[in-house]
Amino acid sequence: MADDSPDDGRTGAEVLGIGGASAFVAPAVGLIGVFLLLPALWTLYLGITNLELTGVAAAQPEIVGVDNFTRALSDPDFHHSLWVTLVFVAGSALLGQTVLGLWLAWLVRRWRGWTRSLFEVLVIIAWIIPASVVAFLWTAFLDATGGTLNAILPGSVPWLIDWPLASIIVFNTWRGAAFSMLLFSAALNAIPPSYLETAQLAGANLVQQWRDIVLPTIKGHILTALLLISLWTFNLFTPFLITGGGPGNATEILPIYVYRRALRFGELGYGAAISAIMLAINLLIALVYLRLAGGRGQEPA
Amino acid sequence: MKNWTKLAATVAVSALVLAGCSGEEADPGTTDPGTTEPDATTGSPDGTAAPDDDGTSADLPEGPVTLSISENAAVGGKNAATAEWITEDVIPSFESMMEEQGVDVTVEFVPAASGDEDYKTRLALDLRSGAGPDVIGFDQFWVAEFDAADYAAPLAEIVGPEIEDWEGWDAIPEAVQGSFVLNDQKYGIPFGTDGRVIYYRKDLFEQAGLPTDWQPTSWQDIIDAGRTLQEELPDVTPLQFNAGVSYGEATTLQGFVPILLGAGVEPYQDDAWTGATEAMTQALGFYDTIFGEGLADTDLQLLANGREQSFEQFANGQIAVLAEGDYFWRSVIAPDGGQFPVENVEDVVGYAKIPAMEPGAGIRGQDFVSASGGTGRILNPNTEAPQVAWELMKWMGSEEMVSAFAEREPRITARTDVNETALQDQPMLQFISDEVLPITWYRPGFETYPQVSTLIQETVESVARDRATAEKAASSYESELQGIVGADNVSGG
Repeated sequence: MADDSPDDGRTGAEVLGIGGASAFVAPAVGLIGVFLLLPALWTLYLGITNLELTGVAAAQPEIVGVDNFTRALSDPDFHHSLWVTLVFVAGSALLGQTVLGLWLAWLVRRWRGWTRSLFEVLVIIAWIIPASVVAFLWTAFLDATGGTLNAILPGSVPWLIDWPLASIIVFNTWRGAAFSMLLFSAALNAIPPSYLETAQLAGANLVQQWRDIVLPTIKGHILTALLLISLWTFNLFTPFLITGGGPGNATEILPIYVYRRALRFGELGYGAAISAIMLAINLLIALVYLRLAGGRGQEPA
Repeated sequence: MKNWTKLAATVAVSALVLAGCSGEEADPGTTDPGTTEPDATTGSPDGTAAPDDDGTSADLPEGPVTLSISENAAVGGKNAATAEWITEDVIPSFESMMEEQGVDVTVEFVPAASGDEDYKTRLALDLRSGAGPDVIGFDQFWVAEFDAADYAAPLAEIVGPEIEDWEGWDAIPEAVQGSFVLNDQKYGIPFGTDGRVIYYRKDLFEQAGLPTDWQPTSWQDIIDAGRTLQEELPDVTPLQFNAGVSYGEATTLQGFVPILLGAGVEPYQDDAWTGATEAMTQALGFYDTIFGEGLADTDLQLLANGREQSFEQFANGQIAVLAEGDYFWRSVIAPDGGQFPVENVEDVVGYAKIPAMEPGAGIRGQDFVSASGGTGRILNPNTEAPQVAWELMKWMGSEEMVSAFAEREPRITARTDVNETALQDQPMLQFISDEVLPITWYRPGFETYPQVSTLIQETVESVARDRATAEKAASSYESELQGIVGADNVSGG
């Protein structure tokens, strides 16, 4: 990172002058303001009103202060939803996608030619098919009576009812492993093969190779992948297309909870408050990762 | 969409104005939109529209008009007959009719094939942003809440007092008109009404040794039939009474409300919502019994597409008894065009009135009960061409068009003149019209009704999932109900 600043140590503003620097930054700041800051502030504003989708409170919403936020924090449904979301993110993003992606990347790191292309295409297909199509495929796959999985396995298990959360965790792992595999493939390629060969010659076993060579080298990539995947998964709505948040509220992750509250039950104000809380959690996740990544950068080499 | 157009136009106009100011030629020529922009609304400020001519088409604009109709229907999918009727009958005839009057009208059909709640959400969002279709297929019980949110307005306000002059009103009974009336103001033209019954598979009843001309006279009769079916046909789910949140309004109106009415109480009675009364506990107890004994399939209530699956299972003979509206007969199991057609439906499927808990225990001392709603069409308050949209709405409610619909899908329409002929060869609909409608209960158009309905769905589901006993569910229903409508408006148990 130290290479980014000019050699004489002057900052961009010093080189360009304040006006020039502002002109360069203005378009970006403008875009961020219009498409990120304004909606976020607007969400915060809606969160302090009792706005509803229909009825009197739709026409004349009133400011209710922090009522929506205090209500959320004491709402058992919100607690439940937050917990389900954490399990979902931990299961499908941290464990599922990252571990599976890393393992797949390791598995094929020496493959070349058409087998590798074929493999990559197969994995990436899971990632690029539109969500609605994928949701339909998985509904058909897990269906209790005519589903593919029940045709393969003996018995007839209503997966989406008996194992709803596990089902969407497996689904999302399957869906997203391709991305982290691609990322990790690139990272593994960056490890000079001679390092691993030397280690093997020196008698290092697989665990030692990973601990001493692979993980330290690709730590940055892993953190980046974790950050992106966690945020995506945290905000993912696709499971709604498979379970509808049910049975009951067993798979009601936060985006589905917001959708149900805001649009199905019409409580736009309350939904906006939950969205604002989600925004805060997103920021928190990002900060934690940036802190980890930053800490790495500041370490003396 | 419209908002964006407006925004873009505003920006463009502002830019023009600014340009005009800065240049030497501040000519007002650019501020004459009348010549370039054919405004759909009448009465432009310079008075050229001459809105006071005689004749019905005087107010119709001359420029090209584009209108849109929305229904929760799609060609080849949900409510296919409605979608085909609109695209094949209504739109071509209306466009050529308008052309004869010298108005260039293009009508678009905006299809949907989603759950009724999703359709309603979409409409609310559209209308909230000032957009949305011009003529809107609508459920009668949404009127109050949409009006309170300023998404809907009286026809006289949107179009003008001449809406009272439509001769079609004479063919629609006052009570049916009332389903789209709020504070003595007409909000829409009603199109159809319906009633709820119990359907049963005659073939399965025969195999189980039950009578094929079944008419239960008490809840116990239903439970007994279910137990017999359970014993004789273990592969068949005996009963289906909707009990899931994902079923939406169908849990409330097709099942719970008739059951509650059968216990002698209306959801809203004597100026208060019914709380944890004995009747409420009894009604929930019925669900407790059938789901507790496995006479009905709990899992089926919890699936996101449970209602469609229940339809399919009944059509396949995997469910023996199912409570539904006449919609089920017309649109779901109809041999041609149904979602899950059943061959020889008259021989295979029977229908019976929904019994009260015991004879005479129902509301008004009735032996049998039912519940009804109604559909129709309202106008978008933001429509850019209210006069033409009203013409279109009238045309959709005309005898000619309603008859054309009844030919595609026989149903009990709002028009008595059409019903006289349309129901002739329809024993099922005749049954609804003659036997069910006289004893039915009409869903109230309260602003809070949809929220109460959602609460009912959650309550019934909690019983079906065995998360709560009937007593506990009733008391938590009451406390949540107080949160929605206010404690003063709930009658306690």
